[in-house]
Amino acid sequence: MRLLRTSRAGGGLRAPAAPAAPVPADASTARRARDRVSWWRAHRFQVLALAPSALLLLIFVYGFIAYTLRVSLSKWQGIAPTLDLEHPIGKTYQVLAETPRFQADMRNVIVFTVLFLALAVIGGLIMAILVYDTMVARGLFRSIFLFPYALSFIVTGVVWRWVFTPSTGANLILDRLGVDHPPGWITDPRVAGDVSGALEKVIPGGDFIQVKLGIPLALIPVVIAASWQLAGFAMANFLAALGAVPPELREAASLDGATWWQYQRRIVLPLLWPMIVAVGVILAHVSLKSFDLVYAMTGQGPGFATDVPGIFVFDQTFRALRWNLGAAASMVMFVLVAAVILPYLYRRTLKEAR
Amino acid sequence: MTTAPMSLPRRLARRPQHQPCRPLRRGDVAVIASLTLLAILVLVPIYVMVAAGFKSPAQADASHMWELPKSLDFSGYSGAWSSLGPNFVNSLLIAVPATLISSMIGAINGYVFAKMPFRGHNVVFLAMLLGMFIPYQVILVPMVRFLQEAQLYGTLQGLVLVHVIYGIPITTLIFRNYYSQIPTDLVHAAHVDGASHQQVFRHIMLPLSLPGFVVCGIFQFTNIWNDFIFGITVVPNPDSQPMTVALNNLSGNFSVDWNVVMAGAVLAALPTALIYVFLGRYYVRGLTAGSVK
Repeated sequence: MRLLRTSRAGGGLRAPAAPAAPVPADASTARRARDRVSWWRAHRFQVLALAPSALLLLIFVYGFIAYTLRVSLSKWQGIAPTLDLEHPIGKTYQVLAETPRFQADMRNVIVFTVLFLALAVIGGLIMAILVYDTMVARGLFRSIFLFPYALSFIVTGVVWRWVFTPSTGANLILDRLGVDHPPGWITDPRVAGDVSGALEKVIPGGDFIQVKLGIPLALIPVVIAASWQLAGFAMANFLAALGAVPPELREAASLDGATWWQYQRRIVLPLLWPMIVAVGVILAHVSLKSFDLVYAMTGQGPGFATDVPGIFVFDQTFRALRWNLGAAASMVMFVLVAAVILPYLYRRTLKEAR
Repeated sequence: MTTAPMSLPRRLARRPQHQPCRPLRRGDVAVIASLTLLAILVLVPIYVMVAAGFKSPAQADASHMWELPKSLDFSGYSGAWSSLGPNFVNSLLIAVPATLISSMIGAINGYVFAKMPFRGHNVVFLAMLLGMFIPYQVILVPMVRFLQEAQLYGTLQGLVLVHVIYGIPITTLIFRNYYSQIPTDLVHAAHVDGASHQQVFRHIMLPLSLPGFVVCGIFQFTNIWNDFIFGITVVPNPDSQPMTVALNNLSGNFSVDWNVVMAGAVLAALPTALIYVFLGRYYVRGLTAGSVK
């Protein structure tokens, strides 16, 4: 396509800063007009093809985010919309940071992301290596492991809620096995490994945080359900990367006397690493955005033990009509997701193109 | 997040060539045993859902959830269909047009990005791509206000519009990857013969695009069918809500029998599950589009 591209208009010789005589000025205007016409002729298709989409996304993504940012700085609460600025500006963000429920949400989403990434990536890795290594029924196992990915998070949440309701599901099996005090699963309000007491001593102003900092136990069933749904996605991507590992490496390794474990650990894992990072980034951003699954499975949970920012935004905006607070929380979500996804996207699209 | 969707099955199929069939060893048995165990764990919730849907109202108590149905009873399904049937149809009326329109737009965009690079095309592409990663919470308020102004709030057309717009980034990505696999020489040759860009796209690219449309179409259909957040915010009227929202409402209603809820979950899962079973090969290509280089 390089052949068809004409030089860009206005990129010609730069005249020294002398008062231009009338005649050359006319000539250069004419040339510029001609350049513009040929630029248009060369780029007409691209512009006409991309402009509608680009314009729509400019408005519906960037324009709308700007609008939400404006709402988050406004006084808008209740029925009547207003974009009058809150005074002092940014006060809503301070209110948000001091809201115990939002503090719990930030704790939850960070704990959730860490546990979910570990379980889904390691689970996907084990699935991929086993599926790649098996001599029989490779397609069958791959299909089974990936199947949950085709389902809606709502279906997943509705079903898993019953598996982890204390009176049914998993506890029926534990009861049969003779476990005396089965876990409360999604009804357990406890927070394990609480470090907030220690934190207050280390960080001045640590008492600003009013929730227990630890692992909310009710979050663990949600982590399991989410990993159930997305470990197959990780597996599919790892399998694609495994397909690119040169088979000679395996023969060479076994000739050198490497065991199965050494081969996986020293050769396969380093080669898979870029894909592990890619899958990790995608799953982390899914986790930071999580809404449907939690909404259908546990909702806020006992004492906000499973509440996440996605649900907080929804509740504050459409239930409590605290538009500015909801908008501020959604901006926090956006910044978190952007911080995870932008460096990755930048590396993948712009840098590799060079 | 880029580039060539690759054919996973082909790569896996190549493998037996370098590892010829041999008698099973102890290691192979361990691999198969672990896989079987994992598969059982993955299938447990599916079993619970499918089994419960076939249980009679008498057996439809969650405290019997592990039991097999004593007899095949379809009252769960008839109950689920009578309350969720209209929503099932709604989801089809949303997902089918939105999938077709956004795939078409994605094909045009993808062609430009793959075959007609211009100065700064990577920046434009990145800016467009970002739209598929944003948490939709951050655009919901202006979106609802816009739909209210446009008299589309609460309508299926409104939801179609929303899904088309926010589907553009992923469909563009899938088609850009698809078209970059097609040799550029084909385009050059056509231009040498005097074909315009429109002609090249219509008469050369589109006829080659069927696999691209299948990959993009099933991926988009799955995304839209499984959507929840747009459905619950854009459509307040229960009769117009999509399947996922209606299922969530049904599941939160404790006067509804458990076999009905589970049958409803099966109904909500059915279209995408069928696509997965019958078109799984294309399905994998779509989902790895996101991360495979």
